[in-house]
Amino acid sequence: MDASLVRELVPSVIGVLVRRGADFASAEDAVQEALIRALETWPDDPPRDPKGWLVAAAWRRFLDAVRSETSRRGRELVVDAEPPSDPGPAADDSLRLYFLCAHPALPPAAAVALTLRAVGGLTTRQIAAAHLVPEATMAQRISRAKKRIAGEPFDRPGDLGTVLRVLYLVFNEGYGGDPDHTDLAGEAVRLVRQLAALTDDPEVAGLLALVLLHHARRVSRTGPGGRLVPLADQDRSRWETGLIAEGVAILQAALARDRLGEYQAQAAIAALHADAPSTAETDWVQIVEWYDELLRLTESPVVRLNRAVAVGEADGPAAGLAALAAVDPDVPRHAAVAAHLHERAGDLERAAGLDAEASRAAPSVPERDHLTREAARVRHRLRA
Amino acid sequence: MKYLMLKHYRGGPAPAVDGAPMDRWTPDEVDAHMKYMQDFADRLVETGEFVDSQALSAEGAFVRHDGPGRPPVTDGPFAETKDLIAGWMIIDVESWDRAVELAGELSAAPGAGGEPIHEWLEVRPFLTGVPGGTD
Repeated sequence: MDASLVRELVPSVIGVLVRRGADFASAEDAVQEALIRALETWPDDPPRDPKGWLVAAAWRRFLDAVRSETSRRGRELVVDAEPPSDPGPAADDSLRLYFLCAHPALPPAAAVALTLRAVGGLTTRQIAAAHLVPEATMAQRISRAKKRIAGEPFDRPGDLGTVLRVLYLVFNEGYGGDPDHTDLAGEAVRLVRQLAALTDDPEVAGLLALVLLHHARRVSRTGPGGRLVPLADQDRSRWETGLIAEGVAILQAALARDRLGEYQAQAAIAALHADAPSTAETDWVQIVEWYDELLRLTESPVVRLNRAVAVGEADGPAAGLAALAAVDPDVPRHAAVAAHLHERAGDLERAAGLDAEASRAAPSVPERDHLTREAARVRHRLRA
Repeated sequence: MKYLMLKHYRGGPAPAVDGAPMDRWTPDEVDAHMKYMQDFADRLVETGEFVDSQALSAEGAFVRHDGPGRPPVTDGPFAETKDLIAGWMIIDVESWDRAVELAGELSAAPGAGGEPIHEWLEVRPFLTGVPGGTD
């Protein structure tokens, strides 16, 4: 059995239950239970009509839950046991679920978890494993998220910007995460791809291009023992050219519509990297121009920091250090960027000190280890 | 039986060997050290003794309650003189002796010049959740 087929059905089955009168929270719970049952039984006993099976199983579970709740409270059953037959438009249901699960009232971690379950069709256990938290904790996080948006209309368009932020967050969690766990990056690519098929927005296309271009490089980002391989040292022959070509084509079509946004600008930078045979042959001047566009769009200190790296490559380390002077030193990875620029400027003593400082402040083990190696490497050059 | 092996950035008994900090080793020595740590954890997974491990940032603070309606008091960043935990590994092994044997192995990780760093590791038995003995 192809588990991804079951998972793709999840949003539309939730939609069917909601339009039959179930509230979103109960419908989503019932579909999750039906999904787990499907994953257990379908390999031995595949249904002829998978969606019909899921709808029937989920509806039965929903009715059971309503009945036990009704008898507990001594109230009357409010939902007809016999469902109306209207299957309704499934595409709209999926889109509405994206909006609802990324509702602005939800904290990002809750929106991520709810999106993965209700739109992505992952089980609570898989989501918990991907985030290294106990399953019961994740179940509560999802349940509380649903309480928080109880009463929100299912049929109203939401904020696309929030949806894109949540999906990008899922991608980044997976991108930097442990590949042995649930493939969140691959899941994010699938969810963005699906969203792009449901909407006609150049920023959705921009995000799709961005995640495809990053995803194409994933195998070259880590070496033996999970060690981090920086862009300059990556084996570019391992990049997936199919994904790169797809990302570039999607980006070009989006840019042609002349409604630039931050995801398109970030994808443009990723495309310039993907296109270059080496760091030295990268079009850094154009990358700096895209960072300038990004700054106009976002005014983010992280963008400013990355721009300083690009300026250092385009116009030399002195120009890079001048650009870095305008960046808040508290921005994460500031010391690592400063180390790189000082090394290129020939100040090895300072670079080694900054690398050591950066390794102490590193937010992840691979980055810490990488920066420790960098400090050792630069000190070695210093002695040589 | 579960044991916690605690690694300290500083604190504990006086260092047996006063080695240079890691960023002053050669790149190959850094690689050899990291490979040793990785192989050690992998081997414990193989033997069925590995439970969990976690590295901690040197940042953070002590925090305590300061009365109703008041924000908690923080004491940090940590003073240079204070003991500071760097991370832990939890193992599930047959005996205290096995826990000590493994901690000894971990402490033999190579450092500058490929020599063991002899770092002190704190080994602490877990209290179990179930009462033992026969009624």
